[in-house]
Amino acid sequence: MPAYQRMLDPTPNGLHSGESPLLSTVGLTKRYGDFLANDSINIDIWPKEIHALLGENGAGKSTLVKAIYGLIQPSAGEILWRGTPIVLSGPSEARSRGIGMVFQHFSLFDNLTVAENVALGLDGKESFRDMSARLEQVSKTYGLPLDPRREVWQLSVGERQRIEIVRALMQDPKFLILDEPTAVLTPQEADQLFLVLERLKAEGRAILYISHKLEEVKRLCDTATILRGGRKIQTCNPRLETAASLARMMVGGEIREVKSAASRQTTIPRLVVNDLSLTPEEAHGVRLQHISFELKGGEILGIAGVAGNGQDELFAALSGERLSKDPGTVVIEGIAAGHLSITKRRKLGAAFVPEERLGHGTAPRMKLSENALLTGHAASGMVSHGFIDTAATLETVDRATETFDVRKAKRDPEAASLSGGNLQKFIVGREILRNPAVLVVSQPTWGVDAGAAAVIRQALLDLATAGAAVLVTSQDLDELVEIADRIAVMFHGRLSEPLATRDATREKLGLLMGGSSLEPKEAAHAVGA
Amino acid sequence: MQLVLEKRTERSNTIALVSPLVAIGLTIVTMTILFAVLGKNPLLALHAYFIAPLTDSYSLQEIAVKATPLVMIAIGLALCYIANAWNIGAEGQFLIGAVAGSWIAVKTQGTDAGVWVLPAMLVLAAAAGALYALIPAICRVRFGASEILTSLMLVYVADLFLDYLVRGPWRDPNGFNFPTTAEFDSVATVPLLIEGGRLHLGSIIALLVVAAAAILLGRTIKGFEIRVVGAAPRAARFGGFNANQLIILTFAVSGALAGLAGIIEVAGPVGHLQPGISPGYGFTAIIVAFLGRLNPLGIFIAGLFLALTFIGGEQAQIAMKIPLDVTKVFQGILLFYVLACDSFILYRFKLVFPNRQVARGTG
Ligand SMILES: Nc1ncnc2c1ncn2[C@@H]1O[C@H](COP(=O)(O)OP(=O)(O)OP(=O)(O)O)[C@@H](O)[C@H]1O
Ligand SMILES: [Mg+2]
Repeated sequence: MPAYQRMLDPTPNGLHSGESPLLSTVGLTKRYGDFLANDSINIDIWPKEIHALLGENGAGKSTLVKAIYGLIQPSAGEILWRGTPIVLSGPSEARSRGIGMVFQHFSLFDNLTVAENVALGLDGKESFRDMSARLEQVSKTYGLPLDPRREVWQLSVGERQRIEIVRALMQDPKFLILDEPTAVLTPQEADQLFLVLERLKAEGRAILYISHKLEEVKRLCDTATILRGGRKIQTCNPRLETAASLARMMVGGEIREVKSAASRQTTIPRLVVNDLSLTPEEAHGVRLQHISFELKGGEILGIAGVAGNGQDELFAALSGERLSKDPGTVVIEGIAAGHLSITKRRKLGAAFVPEERLGHGTAPRMKLSENALLTGHAASGMVSHGFIDTAATLETVDRATETFDVRKAKRDPEAASLSGGNLQKFIVGREILRNPAVLVVSQPTWGVDAGAAAVIRQALLDLATAGAAVLVTSQDLDELVEIADRIAVMFHGRLSEPLATRDATREKLGLLMGGSSLEPKEAAHAVGA
Repeated sequence: MQLVLEKRTERSNTIALVSPLVAIGLTIVTMTILFAVLGKNPLLALHAYFIAPLTDSYSLQEIAVKATPLVMIAIGLALCYIANAWNIGAEGQFLIGAVAGSWIAVKTQGTDAGVWVLPAMLVLAAAAGALYALIPAICRVRFGASEILTSLMLVYVADLFLDYLVRGPWRDPNGFNFPTTAEFDSVATVPLLIEGGRLHLGSIIALLVVAAAAILLGRTIKGFEIRVVGAAPRAARFGGFNANQLIILTFAVSGALAGLAGIIEVAGPVGHLQPGISPGYGFTAIIVAFLGRLNPLGIFIAGLFLALTFIGGEQAQIAMKIPLDVTKVFQGILLFYVLACDSFILYRFKLVFPNRQVARGTG
């Protein structure tokens, strides 16, 4: 008998079938300084169960699964594997016991093949040939098609995630953890993933599933555990709850509705792109071809599209990380800016939020105040005569923290120590607080919880209402439909004509995202060409 | 019980300070063994190395004199290294600075040129050092050539160039054929701080350089730029900072400082240009930079410490016939331990007990 006495979490079918849970945590606690990221968490995972782990940004979800996977050592409490306490010295020990994990951020080498990447992530001693054969076989069995010989850079985000999943499955895990796996997937890719998860469950495996998408959780998961502020609030059956009631448990209150001001006036054109074409800088980049659009003040333009169709390249060209020879291709506030540096564009009133938070939007190992300076030095009075005004940088941190409810362990921590969603809130806050005339933002709510996503979307709307031009690139069609006035689609480096949001049905957007044209004649023409 | 290496979530500042001390401790342990193997009494040897030089005023001044070029060069190198630009050729920039400055001294020799001579020498030396450092920097930025290799190889070019000058065109006609220029005139000499002593104005300049670097890195946007470009290149680009410009800038600054150190050495303690004006200052400064945690104040302390090993090495040679090369061995071992101990800034050891709970980390 385990030396503890407490109520067990329910099994999927509501019965404890006499056996013990596959994995339990008992009073699991993780402390960072005085800050409790996990506070005595008890959770039971049963075989044949898909168990959701829900909570706001910074609730402690990633911390909990990292402890279960042996990536960090808990400060107190224990982990029971089939009823016996275990201590994991690291991920390889977790894997050898049958615990697998798929991270939200992939760890793949672009210039290696699928098989080589898988080989690097396995601890086994089998030959490369045997491993490749097994890889093909596993990927076939689970309907996760992968060509072991392709190089990773050629693959879509969904395919890359497949590599990670297959790699985890090749260890034959009894228990698989997925940290926000669908955040980066298209709806179709997500549906495919769910089929695989159902199948794994049918095979008797257990799955712990972190997601901010509550509808998806209701569809897929048998059990849901909700964390708030590092504590477990409740374990429930998500099918008996509504998305709203789950959200209430996560937040401990109601979630704000995003409201668009009824009367949004469009004003002068603030961001104009004229026939922008750019050859990619990197070997595997996408060529931008004849992109043109005009964005007025008071307007939000959404850019949809499957990742890797030139969105990153467009962002770089707009921000000035990539310069264009022809100044007239990018016009900001009436000034030809194609040849201007990102700093000069910021001085013209533009602000930018890139997709990648760590390493692009922020320097991970630097403090938040320094990261405020990173983009604020251009035009926010943080620098005078070359000297840094530290008080001003700290003030930006405090204001962003307050306005966007950034949860962190201390006033000015390193960027990397924030949870993913909280860092995103900080970055968006940092830019919006500068009151930009033009805001270009990629994946504004990537990995952000429902409450915080609403806050960010509201802020974008408010910014537009106040007269700014906002360009939002997002994989999340619902998000675009919710906030954008017009939506254009990117495909193979080209941008479609924007559709008014009320005309942008899913079917139309889907066609455009697949590369077809909306007019039947032209479509036939394109196929013929 | 098991020992695991765990990544720290935040950089540990305590360890950042303690790690050089641990490295020094480990080096001393290793040296003790080495002395024993060489058949010398380790205690006496260590005394000769680390204690004896601190006991008389002459040696103390000599430590400051030796620390002067080390600190000046290391400050420049630290700026490069923080920005992720790898200048290994400070020794060459030091020599070129010495040569360029000496040119004025040689040309004005015996004339009634006034007090402008020394300032002109300093300026020219700094400019020459900077230009010489720009060669690898520009090759890197333009052609992608490894600045590590090019800057290192230019050391040998500078060395041979100096050799040629003092054996050929600049040789002192009254110098009994020794490869050296004539003794510099007094207007071409760095003034002493204490009459009859060794300490000279260069040490004051080194202190100013330390202070300037501390302000630059800690308080200015340029210093921030240097730090971001090194720490997160993509974020730096997003911030509007140009990594290539920064390579050029940091190389130029470190070349200028090395060149300045070179002429101060020649126009100061040495007094004339000759081969062997540097016992490897440009290379030892690399150790100083890392031992000092690429931090100006740290470099100041580390510079004094390594100067101590130079003086101690000389004393140990005189007193105990320990070869002078042992000093180099010592410095090499020290760099090795410094880099090894640095891992603990980002990682920590944890004791994991298979049954109950986890011990507290060592940091
Ligand atoms: N290394 C660390 N040092 C200090 N605090 C940390 C560290 N790692 C996490 N935290 C804090 O612990 C809390 C929980 O973080 P965690 O990453 O588990 O959140 P999460 O629930 O996964 O959030 P998200 O949905 O945003 O990914 C956060 O407030 C975070 O700031
Ligand atoms: Mg997380």
